Amino acid sequence: MKGFFKSSIGKKVLMSVSGLFLILFLLFHLCMNLVVVFSASAYNEVCAFLGSNWYAVAGTMVLAAGFLVHIVYAFILTAQNRKARGTDRYDNQNLPAGVEFASKNMLVLGVIVCCGLLVHFGQFWAKMMYAELAGTEGQFAPTDGAAWINWYFHDSPLAVAFVIVYLVWFAALWLHLNHGFWSAFHTVGLSNNVWIPRLKCIAKWFSTIICAGFAFVVIFAACGGINTKSDCCNKEKCGAKTECHQEAPCNPQTCPNAEQGK
Amino acid sequence: MAQLDSKIPEGDLKDKWTNYKEHQHLVNPANKRKIDIIVVGTGLAGASAAASLAEMGFKVKAFCYQDSPRRAHSIAAQGGINAAKNYPNDGDSVYRLFYDTIKGGDYRAREANVYRLAEVSNLIIDQCVAQGVPFAREYGGLLANRSFGGALVSRTFYARGQTGQQLLLGAYSALSRQIGLGNVEMHSRTEMMDLVMVDGRCRGIVTRDLLTGEIKSHFAHCVILATGGYGNVFFLSTNAMGSNGSAAMKAYRKGAYFANPCMVQIHPTCIPQHGNYQSKLTLMSESLRNDGRIWVPKKKEDAEKLQKGLITANDIPDEDRDFYLERRYPAFGNLVPRDVASRAAKERCDAGFGVNNTGLAVFLDFKYAIQRLGKDVIEQRYGNLFQMYQKITNDNPYETPMMIYPAIHYTMGGLWVDYELSTSIPGLFAAGEANFSDHGANRLGASALMQGLADGYFVLPYTVQEYLADQFNVPRMNPAEHEEFKKAEQDVKDWIDKLMNVKGKESVDSIHKRLGHIMWENVGMGRTKESLETAIKEIKELREEFWKNVFIPGSKDGLNVELEKANRVADFLELGELIARDALHREESCGGHFRLEHQTEEGEAKRDDEHFMYVGAWEYKGYNQDPELHKEDLNYQYIKVQQRNYKAGK
Amino acid sequence: MAEGHKSLNLTLRVWRQANRQAKGEFKVYNVKDISTEASFLEMMDILNEQLINEQVPEGPVAFDHDCREGICGMCSLFINGRAHGPDDDITTCQLHMRKFNDGDTITIEPWRSGGFPIIKDLMVDRTAYDKIMQAGGFVSVSTGGVPDANAIPISKVIADEAMDAAACIGCGACAATCKNGSAMLFVSAKVSQLALLPQGKVEAAKRAKAMVKKMDELGFGNCTNTGACELECPKSVSISHIARLNREFLKANIKD
Repeated sequence: MKGFFKSSIGKKVLMSVSGLFLILFLLFHLCMNLVVVFSASAYNEVCAFLGSNWYAVAGTMVLAAGFLVHIVYAFILTAQNRKARGTDRYDNQNLPAGVEFASKNMLVLGVIVCCGLLVHFGQFWAKMMYAELAGTEGQFAPTDGAAWINWYFHDSPLAVAFVIVYLVWFAALWLHLNHGFWSAFHTVGLSNNVWIPRLKCIAKWFSTIICAGFAFVVIFAACGGINTKSDCCNKEKCGAKTECHQEAPCNPQTCPNAEQGK
Repeated sequence: MAQLDSKIPEGDLKDKWTNYKEHQHLVNPANKRKIDIIVVGTGLAGASAAASLAEMGFKVKAFCYQDSPRRAHSIAAQGGINAAKNYPNDGDSVYRLFYDTIKGGDYRAREANVYRLAEVSNLIIDQCVAQGVPFAREYGGLLANRSFGGALVSRTFYARGQTGQQLLLGAYSALSRQIGLGNVEMHSRTEMMDLVMVDGRCRGIVTRDLLTGEIKSHFAHCVILATGGYGNVFFLSTNAMGSNGSAAMKAYRKGAYFANPCMVQIHPTCIPQHGNYQSKLTLMSESLRNDGRIWVPKKKEDAEKLQKGLITANDIPDEDRDFYLERRYPAFGNLVPRDVASRAAKERCDAGFGVNNTGLAVFLDFKYAIQRLGKDVIEQRYGNLFQMYQKITNDNPYETPMMIYPAIHYTMGGLWVDYELSTSIPGLFAAGEANFSDHGANRLGASALMQGLADGYFVLPYTVQEYLADQFNVPRMNPAEHEEFKKAEQDVKDWIDKLMNVKGKESVDSIHKRLGHIMWENVGMGRTKESLETAIKEIKELREEFWKNVFIPGSKDGLNVELEKANRVADFLELGELIARDALHREESCGGHFRLEHQTEEGEAKRDDEHFMYVGAWEYKGYNQDPELHKEDLNYQYIKVQQRNYKAGK
Repeated sequence: MAEGHKSLNLTLRVWRQANRQAKGEFKVYNVKDISTEASFLEMMDILNEQLINEQVPEGPVAFDHDCREGICGMCSLFINGRAHGPDDDITTCQLHMRKFNDGDTITIEPWRSGGFPIIKDLMVDRTAYDKIMQAGGFVSVSTGGVPDANAIPISKVIADEAMDAAACIGCGACAATCKNGSAMLFVSAKVSQLALLPQGKVEAAKRAKAMVKKMDELGFGNCTNTGACELECPKSVSISHIARLNREFLKANIKD
């Protein structure tokens, strides 16, 4: 393997593998998000599960490493490619139909995705996982993910703007995935004349499902679909600051939070 | 007139080459490193020779005028390569390949050389497969064959319609390997301008760097010219734009004999000329004649309507079509040798049956093959050729027949060489199309690739050693200090100055086109005493004009394409005359050389074996001086000389 | 001919550059009465004849060409924004003027890619491709002593696919078109051809590594699978060969 990661194909393999890893992460993330559509409390349970635990932290570190590799190599490869292109540019270049828009603009799309990610981090990760780790308190409890979602996309005065930003973000992600998905397989050599069209087709379906899923959750929230005061305990009744995840109807006698709330 | 010694080894025909190899002198491995060999040209013959010699341990310097050795015009050969493998079990053998080649060449080739060619043909296929050449295969995984003109067996191996490309890339790969290993020093975009002679032996060449204009000389213990043919004398040919006869002409002026220059092959299936701005003619592979049927209308009025564009080919019913090759040559039909097919097309067109607007085309029709085999099979076999045809003419050959006409394609003539491929200058060898050796008066299809690779892979690596066996003692000469090298360089510089200083008005191409016109009209498919005498006179005049009125823009330093062309055309202007002279002296018709005075009542070539069964080799005697003819008599001991007959099966 | 020929009057914007270091610029020339039956390079010949007769200071336009039948790979040119001009599956020398209309302005540029420095005008230096071939684009067999050609049967499907890759003419349109200046299609065509065939398989790993190493050294870019190369390749070499190169390269590296 000596010198493998220095070779152009080696670097591309890093992009490919880290990309595939991120794709897998997106799939998990979507599954988690979709839970909120069915049950806010169930979603919050997931949030709690992925809160300040060693495995969640470890997972986050690995994920961050994946992102870092993907981003750093994206810039290294782009810089090299610009150099390889040479200093002179064509006066005009009409690429033939058939070259995907996304494939020519992966870096730009990637940067948009990253920007969206920063917004997303500020809105959720900082308020949830980080808050829990750091022990800071916010508007809602760090494990009350459903409440945060509801706030940003429904209750907040900037909700409409947030929804638009997120939809743009997903559109960029769709394009990025559309090329990235089959390209990743191509780069590690898992493709041939028969599989290129198949992979491209799978890529379309996959990225559409992922992005439409995310968008659906946002729009669902924007429409007020998330009932944060749902089947669990009633805050007015027991005065708890956080939800206790007890089965309805609420029983203040058994509610663990009722005590602290008093 | 002296007799030439072709150094044919003793023994039975079958044993000559084996005997030669068993008794020849060799160079020991340690001494090979001390020996430099120059190879000019990197086509099939050049690349394969350079690679093979370098593999053996010689230090090789290779030269080509293109930007890469992979561009040599061997790459354009389409149809295939012959070998006597007899894989299809249809009766082929080394002897039959030898026999067909001699007969196809109209009994003007040297028996021993041709037999050796047939003998090594099988090794070539083995070698190419080992190099990773993707020859066509049957579903069983074994190699496929197809048939070609002039043969009754299927012995042609092919890689779609790009056999030349694949074989050349195989040789280029082998050459690249040796360049990478440091055994070959490659000089691309470099043109050979002259030979360097030291004490009567060829000891190197002078070159011009086409990018910088630098004139430089290079030493070698021997020089191999694999510089291709001279078809571009005719301006329009199927050759590449840069193909030229200059290396051969420089050698000729230094004393190498030029053999059979009049033996020029006119290929029957080329896309007809479309305008006077045309730069080259495009060949449609001979393999098309396997499934295409050639015809013109039976009725003259139909032909006239076609010429005026009033009707199309498909408007003429089958019974009004004259499949003239099948009519005249029932045994071989559309697969008669090239010279026969070309003349038959010319005969029909001259008689007024031509089918395009100039009246200089015949149909090559795939309707019948598509009916018989289906469009898919035809597409599989010839898809890329059909596509090429459509791109050029805008006609779809699946629907309307192709239009074809003969064009200059290959030159059987070339530098005279003996059995060892050595020219009459010691230390100067010639290989591939640049020599005259194996095709006589006409080359059969798929034999050029065979000959080029035979020379390069399997003949020169032996025969060159015979020459070099006592040369390792000759120390490398330093061109910068050696008088002869300095003088040769100066001569080249003077020649270039002479060209640059003409400062006339006419462009090189314009003069070249005029030369081509003289050649095609007078030294083309039907030659007469008068036409040849006219040609000699007109070429002389044109040559004088060239040296008074050619205009070369720019300077001699740096890239100057016009100067490159001028150098080549200056040589063509002498070569053209030599061709005409040779054609004039050869009072017979044979193969590609057709004298209208010498034909049978049926219009076939009429040889005169009694007076002309020899190789005519010309010796240069100075500018505007008549060259001297030397003869090498051809003795056929193993083959019965007869009139070529493609009419009957027996 | 299918439809009678017409003649065209054209405006040409041609890139002129004296040498590698010089600053280049577009020059505008007019050509008249160009037949639609003429090839593009014949039109260039006519232009050059005109420039020679007019004795313009910059001289005739330098451009590479040789066989003029689409196989030697010497012709190049970026015509109206496309490698080998506005037609598919052909080289510049096979492009015919019937693809243009009377009064058109045609922009003609050299290949522009870091790997192919300009020599003069429209002529570029493609020796980098030769160097990649020298690094490993071969089967290491010397002349003689090889087995019979039919000793190893090869499936027709495999042989055909190898031939698809081997059709590459080394013209450089792939790297010239690629936004990354990548030579992967060229390299993969050779690696794939030889990896498919049993004769080449023996040293497939060594070859893949050596050729990629040389490609990187020469400063070609990294493939990002845009697929522009295969669309502009005059011989339609497929990017599936790039996948095979990736596979071969990975395999080779995992093994050691």
